[in-house]
Amino acid sequence: MEKPKVATTSLAGCFGCHMSLLDIDDRILKLIELVDFDKSPVDDIKEFTGRCLVGLVEGGCANEENVRVLQDFRKHCDLLISVGDCATMGGLPAMRNNVPLKECLEEAFINGPSVYNPSGKVPNDPEIPLLLNQVYPCHEVVKIDYHIPGCPPSADTLWEILVALLNNKPIDLPYELIKYD
Amino acid sequence: MSKEVATAVKTICTQCNNDRSRMMDIVRAVQEQFSCVSDEAIDVIARQVSTPRVEVESTVSFYTFLSKTPKGKIVIRLCNDIIDRMNGFDVIANAFKQELGINFGETTPDGKISLEHTACIGMCDQAPAALINNVVVTDLSSDKVRSIVKTLKETGDPQKLVSRLGDGNNANDLVKAMVHNNIRKKGDVVFAFSEFTPNAGLEKALAMSPVEVINEVNTARLRGRGGAGFPAGMKWEFTRNAESGEKYIICNADEGEPGTFKDRVILTELPDRLFEGMTIAGYAIGAENGILYLRGEYAYLYDFLSQMLNERRRQGLLGTDILGKKGLNFDIRIQMGAGAYICGEETALISSCEGLRGDPKNRPPFPAQEGYLKNPTCVNNVETFCCVVSILDKGAAWFSEIGTKQSHGTKLLSVSGDCQSPGVYELPFGITVNELLKEVGAPNAAAVQIGGPSGQMICKDDFNRTICYDDLATGGSVMVFGPERNILDVVDYFMEFFIEESCGYCTPCRAGNVLLKQYLEKIIDGKGEPCDLEVLQDLGETVKTASRCGLGQTSANPILTTLKNFRSAYEALVKKSKDGMQPSFDIQAVLQESQDIAGRKSVHFS
Repeated sequence: MEKPKVATTSLAGCFGCHMSLLDIDDRILKLIELVDFDKSPVDDIKEFTGRCLVGLVEGGCANEENVRVLQDFRKHCDLLISVGDCATMGGLPAMRNNVPLKECLEEAFINGPSVYNPSGKVPNDPEIPLLLNQVYPCHEVVKIDYHIPGCPPSADTLWEILVALLNNKPIDLPYELIKYD
Repeated sequence: MSKEVATAVKTICTQCNNDRSRMMDIVRAVQEQFSCVSDEAIDVIARQVSTPRVEVESTVSFYTFLSKTPKGKIVIRLCNDIIDRMNGFDVIANAFKQELGINFGETTPDGKISLEHTACIGMCDQAPAALINNVVVTDLSSDKVRSIVKTLKETGDPQKLVSRLGDGNNANDLVKAMVHNNIRKKGDVVFAFSEFTPNAGLEKALAMSPVEVINEVNTARLRGRGGAGFPAGMKWEFTRNAESGEKYIICNADEGEPGTFKDRVILTELPDRLFEGMTIAGYAIGAENGILYLRGEYAYLYDFLSQMLNERRRQGLLGTDILGKKGLNFDIRIQMGAGAYICGEETALISSCEGLRGDPKNRPPFPAQEGYLKNPTCVNNVETFCCVVSILDKGAAWFSEIGTKQSHGTKLLSVSGDCQSPGVYELPFGITVNELLKEVGAPNAAAVQIGGPSGQMICKDDFNRTICYDDLATGGSVMVFGPERNILDVVDYFMEFFIEESCGYCTPCRAGNVLLKQYLEKIIDGKGEPCDLEVLQDLGETVKTASRCGLGQTSANPILTTLKNFRSAYEALVKKSKDGMQPSFDIQAVLQESQDIAGRKSVHFS
């Protein structure tokens, strides 16, 4: 029987959740026995090659490309999971939500005390994706099936959840894995 | 700042004995004199009463009737309660804006008149209504607005607006209000005042021992009339038995629950009975001090109530050796509020009396142990004290015969909305909603909000339920909605109200209510999915369970009770998204700002 496929991506995140996934250490060999990876930074496949069972999304949506990728994930994945606080709530990037966009850009590229920018302009190459007015958690953009909180969720948490999901079993996380402070 | 201002602020502080706990009186007086409590004034106050500056500032920023920036000498506060909205609020609001040439939240260029919104001012039976400084104007129409603004511009004196006075004590020289009592039904306990001899209850109480008085209240099984229904006698007993400190009696006259106005009528017509009840409580508990916490919106009753207190002092009913009983001392002072719904919550009310922000306190310790200035304190509702007088006068057995087995006595109901005769009804507990609707003239009611926004919205199927503590409990607010009203819009307004009134201390309430409203609006906009109803339910239950005080513990009720009783209204609006995208996410809208800044179009979404 063909192995189910998993896709992963990091949107407006720090790749910390992906690092945490790699923290499953040698269990990654077991994981490879259970699934194939499709579009993901893990195998560097850039575009979807087919339908996936699970999509793991790290990070929220800060720019138009994030939105496009997330919508692409929704189209290709049966189950979409928000992984980590940025995906589920916007996280640190969403701290800019209370500052007008123009002010954010000017602080970052012109007025900030440590900025060296002789051009005095905000970078505006057509290759740079446009920022959204605010940072949005994934479930405000597309339908999300499951949310895994944590910054990042620990390797054990991710492992337990993936294994339960792939074996069609209920998730039973011990208290230590869902306690955050 | 000019020297005169500093001197004036100092004088105000000195008049209040530079007492930090009288901060409310100080800042209210400064606000009244200078139309604001400026940074400089805050400095002076902080120095005078020896408190950190931030404590003064946080108090000023907390209450809606106080402001750091100057307001006009005249402040028009138009009530934007749901009942006012149903009675032409928009037309009135536009008329004010047009006549004054300013928007809400602004002051006229000459600095004379400010225009603001305010939550329920306790005039739902004569809506739309507004407060102009302390003057209440009711039953507004656009014509009335024009003449009001004209008078204000010509005379600069809101008192000049008073033309036809209301009934009863509203016409008293010290009240002079255009407010009407609208007492529609007099019951046996509170409004049957002509059958009672003034102070007979107090006299009978003084003939008993304090413990016997408490026993009498316990035997009558009197429960708190503010809504929560805690047995009054037990509260008294706990406070009496508290070991340390001077004891205090506080009367909660901060009826801020939208749609409630029965205390307004008691304060206008039966202040003597209220004070008599407080004095009985003082005797029973062993307290020498009472505080009447009067909501800022009812400031027009202040002079009248003060005079009633003076009169009682003159008659030997307050002060020392009351009614000749040696060593029985009790007096009452009035503490004015300054516009904050949360202060109706007893621990927040105590904070406010202490001159702090109206933040609720952690419980335990309960006020009976540690309340006002850490002293054992008993807080009761206005109506509860009135019931006490009747119980002492006519006996617990008489009282117990009225109402139902579990809920004794009568309840004052403030009925407003889509009915023929809005007003105050004193009815025995156990009356069904159907009977009530018949009484108030609302045969076509489609929904009834019992107990205000923090209570429950019930549908026709539930109209045979009874008003009592074990079924439909209420502090007195009953809002009737006809079949043409959109229930979800009502719920949306209630959520707006709670967001505005949340003190912001705990996250479930501060953030949870905002999220609830966002999900609700998504559904109202037709962009919701069936699963959003579950989210709404879960979130509502979280806010209810995890909030710190009664506000957050009940703020989700409008949503939770309508999800249960008016589910079809929600279900008609939600549909499943076919492609898994969120219909509420509008990519063009969220990219607009960025496109304008960059001066180029989106590559991915054009």
